[in-house]
Amino acid sequence: MINIFEVNETNNMVEHENLDVRTITIGISLLECIDSDLEKLNEKIYRRITTVAKDLERVAGEIESEYGIPIVNKRIAVTPIALVGGAACQSPEEFATIADTMDRAAEAVGANLIGGYSALVSKGMTRADEMLIRSIPIALCRTKRVCSSVNLASTKTGINMDAVRLMGEILLEVAENSKDRDSVDCMKLVVFCNAPDDNPFMAGAFHGVTEADAVINVGVSGPGVVKTALEKVRGESFEVLCETIKKTAFKVTRVGQLVAQEASRRLGIPFGIIDLSLAPTPAVGDSVADILCEIGLEYAGAPGTTAALALLNDQVKKGGVMASSYVGGLSGAFIPVSEDQGMIDAVQAGAITLEKLEAMTCVCSVGLDMIAIPGDTKASAISGMIADEMALGMVNQKTTAARLIPVIGKGVGDTVEFGGLFGYAPIMPVNPYSCDAFINRKGRIPAPIHSFKN
Amino acid sequence: MEQKSDKTIITVVGKDTVGIIAKVCTYLSEHNINVLDISQTIVSGYFNMMMIVDMNHAKISFLDCQKELEVLGGQIGVSIKCQKEEIFEKMHRI
Repeated sequence: MINIFEVNETNNMVEHENLDVRTITIGISLLECIDSDLEKLNEKIYRRITTVAKDLERVAGEIESEYGIPIVNKRIAVTPIALVGGAACQSPEEFATIADTMDRAAEAVGANLIGGYSALVSKGMTRADEMLIRSIPIALCRTKRVCSSVNLASTKTGINMDAVRLMGEILLEVAENSKDRDSVDCMKLVVFCNAPDDNPFMAGAFHGVTEADAVINVGVSGPGVVKTALEKVRGESFEVLCETIKKTAFKVTRVGQLVAQEASRRLGIPFGIIDLSLAPTPAVGDSVADILCEIGLEYAGAPGTTAALALLNDQVKKGGVMASSYVGGLSGAFIPVSEDQGMIDAVQAGAITLEKLEAMTCVCSVGLDMIAIPGDTKASAISGMIADEMALGMVNQKTTAARLIPVIGKGVGDTVEFGGLFGYAPIMPVNPYSCDAFINRKGRIPAPIHSFKN
Repeated sequence: MEQKSDKTIITVVGKDTVGIIAKVCTYLSEHNINVLDISQTIVSGYFNMMMIVDMNHAKISFLDCQKELEVLGGQIGVSIKCQKEEIFEKMHRI
């Protein structure tokens, strides 16, 4: 039988170490809604989302109180809208009406965010894909909960450089449209290489075409729990360090598995995956950078950071995999700058640069995430940074992403406030040299060779 | 496989005072909730108790019981939490 120490350990994780279930995300296929009439399409999408997700908020609340585990976000991910809206939409403006519908539907069911205003263009763009991408600045500006993602590259297809070039311009447009609010709408837009079909985390969640009608995906979190566990093994060997991370990750993931199974049972929707991610928040003690410091670095960004992060990421996966029946999504440590107090401190101390962050993304999940850059950064420079990140994912056969925030009207030395869970970020300098001629080339970068791994 | 039961863990944490266990147990017996196990320690002056209870025949719903115990805790000056056992079972047992 369970003993008092085990009960206290679990409750301490929740009360003092910020253990929580970061998100329950319902993936909903909208393929059945496809219609050539735009009005009918919007009506069907609204009905479909509000039917499937109608009990999401209530069920999450019940699970939260019965088990005493906070569930921070309730979210929805839908089929990439470029596929759903292609038959009905003849202009970017028409596409944006679907974003309005998603926003209304999410609000109606109490979902914090809804993802899937997306296009998958890793090899080429259809007319619909391009229209959707061009509609992103309109859509994000006038909706609250809609998140957008674009898959620009994959290991199998290479990098679609035409789309990379376009996204540099689109990102600046999004920034411009929300310049009176420190360009915050850029937070709701992310570009990917090798985007997973079952990611529960925003802004990149969408319900892939390989998925069933509806599915429950859960993202757990617990950087604070790992940090506290590591405080007890200071100075010990790598063996002890790794074992401690694995055991902690196991425990954290088990909570996610329980919540996912219960949510699936109560909502009558199949369980998809657990995303084994360490997702930080700006709350003190909820930081991935603090774990790196606990492992032995003065600041994230110090020499050894990439190795420490690689170790952390791998042990989290090893511990988590056994704790869950199905693992998927992004699964790994997130290193967003603004959402992690330890990262913010590292930037302010001058310990970490964009280039070091880029190196870190080679060994952990996602990529250049929530990074504020000067508002006068050229579109081609943004495309260049995106291309670099896509190349890392493509060659290393992993998911990488970029969520950059060019803050219009601000420069290096300024700070930008995003509010709540999104935190704040000091604006980081971007390498000032030009890549115009590279970015202006047309076409795509071919897929890499899958042999001669050097 | 162990049969799925309706076991609940009640934890009471707070400043030690006379009659904490009595008051909680009285509440439980009034609502036909059976106590299966009790353990208790004092950690740095703080009273720390865990009860495993069976709510199969309880005359009250889980969520109501949770709320009422919280109120009761407020009256005694301790914090009372009520959680389904599964979360602990999942985390600490393979």
